[in-house]
Amino acid sequence: MTHAQQRKQEQRSYLLGLIFSIMLTLAAFGLVWSGDLTGGVRIITLAALAVVQMAVQLRFFLHIDLKKSHRDDLQLILFTVLILSLMVGGTLLILTNQHMRM
Amino acid sequence: MTATSHHPGLNLGASDTAAHEAAQEVMFGFWIFLMSDLIIFACLFATYTDLSLHGIATAPGPRAVIDLRSALIETGLLLVSSYTFGQASLALKYNSRPGQMVVWLIVTLALGLGFVGMEMRDFATLVGKGITPQQSGFLSGYFTLLATHGLHVIAAMVWLVVCLTQVAILGLTKAVKLRLMRLALFWHMLDIVWIGIFTFVFLIGAGL
Repeated sequence: MTHAQQRKQEQRSYLLGLIFSIMLTLAAFGLVWSGDLTGGVRIITLAALAVVQMAVQLRFFLHIDLKKSHRDDLQLILFTVLILSLMVGGTLLILTNQHMRM
Repeated sequence: MTATSHHPGLNLGASDTAAHEAAQEVMFGFWIFLMSDLIIFACLFATYTDLSLHGIATAPGPRAVIDLRSALIETGLLLVSSYTFGQASLALKYNSRPGQMVVWLIVTLALGLGFVGMEMRDFATLVGKGITPQQSGFLSGYFTLLATHGLHVIAAMVWLVVCLTQVAILGLTKAVKLRLMRLALFWHMLDIVWIGIFTFVFLIGAGL
């Protein structure tokens, strides 16, 4: 592959990332402004849109994907996500529980 | 993509083999730093979430504090700045002269300044209304989380100015290239953290 072709391909990656991110952001804000969904459904939908957008940016801006050469980086971020969910989930569980007992 | 990718972010590959080989170690090291930086944000998210539910007392709640229109503009500025940094990375990789890269980096810097400026204005508006961090647990959590992210962006902008100065004085040496590549990772990661903030603080908070 020549440099020009490769540049075009990588340029496309950034552009796709930008377009997908804009769409996901507008979807999330539109959801809140329209007020179509409420309560738990809305929170879950917004969280899902955020997770998808984070994945999009990791893929298209940070070039983390499922290729073998990226395994270390991918595993590291997946492990971090695991630790983060334990910390955030655990903190919220304990604090909510404590609040209920007060 | 070249046959082998060594690290997160745009790989230099065949366009600069020496820097590409040197990049693997420093980029992975910086990736590890970013992961530990995410832990700080996770702790702040966890405390903020709890405080926004149970820590409001008699102070104004999320609805009174959140300005969704301003959040959308800030999101746009940061997202586009992530894209323009990508353009700078491409110019760094493929152009032998730094001119085009410098232009994209200055655009990125301007967008970053716009973001921080908007955020400062939001803070000033709140403080003007008498809404300050010390009024409630929720407000402490809100200001701390946003200001921590804002300080990260400011740090990244200082780093960017330092790198631009180095490009001007030293030219695009291997060391300068590697610094810019790590800054690119930092910048993209800050945008990813912002996705969490605009979703969990602004959008979900606006409905509470």
